[in-house]
Amino acid sequence: MRPFKYTNAKDVPSATRLLTANPGGRFLAGGTNLLDLMKEDVERPNELIDISRLGLDQIKTIATGPHKGGLSIGGLGKNTDAANHALVRQHYPLLTQAILAGASGQIRNMATNGGNLLQRTRCPYFYEVSMPCNKREPGTGCGALEGINRLHAIFGWSDKCIAVYPSDMSVALAALDAVVRVRDAAGQERTIPFGDFHRLPGDTPEKDTNLNHGELITAIELPKNNFAEKSYYLKVRDRASYAFALVSVAAALEVSNNRIDQARIAMGGVAHKPWRALQAEQMLVGKEPTEANFRLAAEAAMADAKPLEHNKYKVELGRRSIVRALQVAMDGKRS
Amino acid sequence: MEENEKLQLTEDEKKLFEDLMPEDLDEILDTGVNRRHFLKLLTLTGGGILAYQAAAAEQVLTRPLNAPPAELLPASIENGVDVSFKVNGAAKKLTVDSRMTLLDTLRERLELTGSKKGCDHGQCGACTVLVDGRRVLSCLTLAASCEGRSVKTIEGLAQGNELHPVQAAFIKNDGFQCGFCTPGQICSAVAVLEEAKRGEASYVTENVRKISGAIPLSDEEIRERMSGNLCRCGAYPNIVAAIREVYSGKPVEPTWKFVG
Ligand SMILES: Cc1cc2nc3c(=O)[nH]c(=O)nc-3n(C[C@H](O)[C@H](O)[C@H](O)COP(=O)(O)OP(=O)(O)OC[C@H]3O[C@@H](n4cnc5c(N)ncnc54)[C@H](O)[C@@H]3O)c2cc1C
Ligand code: SF4
Ligand code: FES
Ligand code: FES
Repeated sequence: MRPFKYTNAKDVPSATRLLTANPGGRFLAGGTNLLDLMKEDVERPNELIDISRLGLDQIKTIATGPHKGGLSIGGLGKNTDAANHALVRQHYPLLTQAILAGASGQIRNMATNGGNLLQRTRCPYFYEVSMPCNKREPGTGCGALEGINRLHAIFGWSDKCIAVYPSDMSVALAALDAVVRVRDAAGQERTIPFGDFHRLPGDTPEKDTNLNHGELITAIELPKNNFAEKSYYLKVRDRASYAFALVSVAAALEVSNNRIDQARIAMGGVAHKPWRALQAEQMLVGKEPTEANFRLAAEAAMADAKPLEHNKYKVELGRRSIVRALQVAMDGKRS
Repeated sequence: MEENEKLQLTEDEKKLFEDLMPEDLDEILDTGVNRRHFLKLLTLTGGGILAYQAAAAEQVLTRPLNAPPAELLPASIENGVDVSFKVNGAAKKLTVDSRMTLLDTLRERLELTGSKKGCDHGQCGACTVLVDGRRVLSCLTLAASCEGRSVKTIEGLAQGNELHPVQAAFIKNDGFQCGFCTPGQICSAVAVLEEAKRGEASYVTENVRKISGAIPLSDEEIRERMSGNLCRCGAYPNIVAAIREVYSGKPVEPTWKFVG
């Protein structure tokens, strides 16, 4: 690991000012992604600004504004605490499941909610510094494009980068129409709708998100919804637990009189950001929650998939995972 | 600084030396155990002594003879950070390189080599310790970020000569083969029991909206919750059995028996 200066931030204003002043610096939250990448020499910050003692870990009902009645989750709270908070479990069980599907108990005790959103891809070529990678070193090419791309994207990729984004938590947040609240060094706050937070690779895969350098994620806000009764996070991976998703599906339904009033389908493991199947969601509205209708929706969701040489399996896996996730969301039976 | 402190003898150890080698006691208390004492002790313990003495002797024999050799003191520290934190109840104060992980600090600076470095990348769980009561990976924790925290390692689980119930259950159920993953497995298991008691859910917990109180630990729950601890020897069935035994308080029948 390269030498770096360690700075303990005293409060939010000084943390954002310190980072804004140093383009080579990074915030240190749980450290579970950043320190790993520093050991690999992928990340090379000259300063770590420790934000782990700034508080910002409260979970509370939003009292005013457009999301009144929704839930605000502190950006520096731990994943374990977000997953197990009574209000999250009761009103957003999809988020609880998605968080608990990720990593391990130890890692979730360390990982923060903001850090989780900003975790970087697990593309093996990104991790291996002797390989070309446009995300790590813009302009060097993409090692995975013509390489072993079994784990890579089937939607929204470009010939500059075919990586997938690994967070499970974010797939649920995408389905739940979350909003990310951030603050800059001038004390200005802004909110970013979840769909605009992460980016597709395009010509600039080095930029994962639309967060600016120096901005701090202070909270994640969840609007009120009626999905708590019928939702499910399905994660398919190479081993039963403690592995990243090959494909995952966050599914949520609102049903009355045997008709679907609203549907949410977001996928993980298939693109450079959580992938919302908006067309499939629309198709389900007004329909009966039957397996046949779930199949039609799944077909529609996967219609535009563009698999690569080694990941064609993800198309059929995605289709079946959507049907399965919707079924479990509907009847609550996992097996 | 911590590294240069003299060996402190426990009451058990003092009693041992008093019983076995009274003529050396003063010297030992004054300057610690040296090679001559060590050899004498080896002969005495080899000759067969009482059980409580054996236990105390084992402790002394497995502790370092002298102050740590000079190599243990870091050659050079870049971007030094002063940190004070507790390890197994004892206050520690040291200056660390900002890059130093908690794992390397425990092993290289504090001579607590129980926590193991399996992968150094968060993938195996061998370095699991408890920080402020929660299990974390010491290989992805910077020592610099531990200011004011309280760390518990495998070395701090036993009460004196009394093993922690999870340690005893691992021995009884053969929860290991080579033992490399074991300190991490045990620290993790100790935390798993607490997490379930506190009602923290796992991915396999049914209907998280209905949880009230502690979560029952089925084998499926134990496996999922322990999935962050890999065992290359494949001792998993016996690890699950050990945890189930402590959780249920009922002896688990071994899945193996001696031949003949
Ligand atoms: C072995 C292993 C397995 C894993 N498996 C999974 C898995 O299956 N599913 C999954 O979803 N995840 C998985 N993870 C990833 C894990 O969830 C992330 O590493 C974790 O969520 C990152 O959070 P952190 O607080 O540790 O972030 P850090 O590593 O501290 O930070 C990550 C990045 O975010 C920035 N940052 C952090 N907080 C803020 C903030 N508030 N505002 C602005 N910037 C910030 C940092 O500067 C850094 O660039 C795994 C990790 C490991 C090591
Ligand atoms: S897929 Fe993206 S991250 Fe992977 S090698 Fe190509 S450019 Fe790098
Ligand atoms: S050494 Fe820390 S997880 Fe492997
Ligand atoms: S006992 Fe050998 S690795 Fe687990």
